Amino acid sequence: MPSQIKRLLVLGVIIVSLFLLLKFLMTPVSFGQFGHYRGLALDEIAAHPVKYIGSKTCIKCHDTIVTMKNEGYHSDIECENCHGPAYKHNKTPKKVKLFKPDSREFCAKCHSVNLARPEKAITQQKINKHHPGKKCITCHNPHEP
Amino acid sequence: MTNKKENLSRRNFIKYAGITAGTVLVSSAISPFNAVLFAANKPKGKGVWYGIAIDIEKCIGCGSCAKTCKIENDVPQEPFFFRSWVEQYTIKKDGTIKVESPNGGIDGFTQSVPANEVQKTFFVPKMCNHCSKSPCVQVCPVGATFESPEGVVLVDENYCIGCRYCVQACPYGCRYVHPVKNVVDKCTLCFHRLKKGLNPACMDNCPTKARISGDLNDPESAIALFISTKNVYVLKPHLNTGSKLYYNALNQEVR
Repeated sequence: MPSQIKRLLVLGVIIVSLFLLLKFLMTPVSFGQFGHYRGLALDEIAAHPVKYIGSKTCIKCHDTIVTMKNEGYHSDIECENCHGPAYKHNKTPKKVKLFKPDSREFCAKCHSVNLARPEKAITQQKINKHHPGKKCITCHNPHEP
Repeated sequence: MTNKKENLSRRNFIKYAGITAGTVLVSSAISPFNAVLFAANKPKGKGVWYGIAIDIEKCIGCGSCAKTCKIENDVPQEPFFFRSWVEQYTIKKDGTIKVESPNGGIDGFTQSVPANEVQKTFFVPKMCNHCSKSPCVQVCPVGATFESPEGVVLVDENYCIGCRYCVQACPYGCRYVHPVKNVVDKCTLCFHRLKKGLNPACMDNCPTKARISGDLNDPESAIALFISTKNVYVLKPHLNTGSKLYYNALNQEVR
């Protein structure tokens, strides 16, 4: 074998082994465990904290009002949908108080007239004409509308 | 004529038969790699395989889904970063179509077109379609975005290099670059909630229960019944993305 071919071969072997070494060093642990990605990423994403804890947690303390809501028109609405996420309130109920929406705009997000809203699905009011200036909650109890 | 008869000699007959048989054999052997077949077939998996169903007839456009999604997943509050949002489509009597989504629907919708000009109007909640043949997964150069064994398309934020290739590839516009982390972020179908046995935050907080998610492999699940009993359609079916977000009563104008 000519010497230049030998030298080329040696160079080739060095390049390939360097590539394999770098690949070994740079591939993260658990890459390719389930597919072409880091298997550990699944656990990392699953470890994110839950913020909306659900009305099943609320009812443990606020049983009267949650039961009242569950028997009315708003039964399908989660408590946190209006009051905001309760994960902090659940840990320190005295320190963290939840949001109590009382503005007309808040109710209007669902109840203002819009042709795109299915008529039968939801009660709709012309917000400019239906007792303007008054807060909705002075007449309507949001937990028993 | 004489020539054709000569061609039908025994030697030629065997030759042509061999070529035909060989072509059939080879093409059947490479069919798993066929792009068209790949996109048209369902993956044969076992266990939970998540899909989403949205009933447009039930959506009231309150924006609860968009609002809860932002809070649950720490999505930046600026009005151009969304994992989930709502659009209002208004088809006017003159045939023009207006699509609007003020702050993703979080602050609610006000009907901007006068009632006498409206031919038809409806809300379309949008989110990641969790495609089974995701274009975004296929283009990722490092394997940072992937489809989990449960059929949820996720981004590994510790491995993403922020090249934005997947943002370009997604035909539904469901990805954005997180302004602080500088990596791509998208809907995870609340993977952290699914793993704890909860529903995604947007589904739990939908006041009319217009959106559901569940196991497509279970024929008794609510989503399987939804798909089999209603007239469902996916967005951009011609792109063969294998979308698993099924809409009931979807208008053909929706893009």
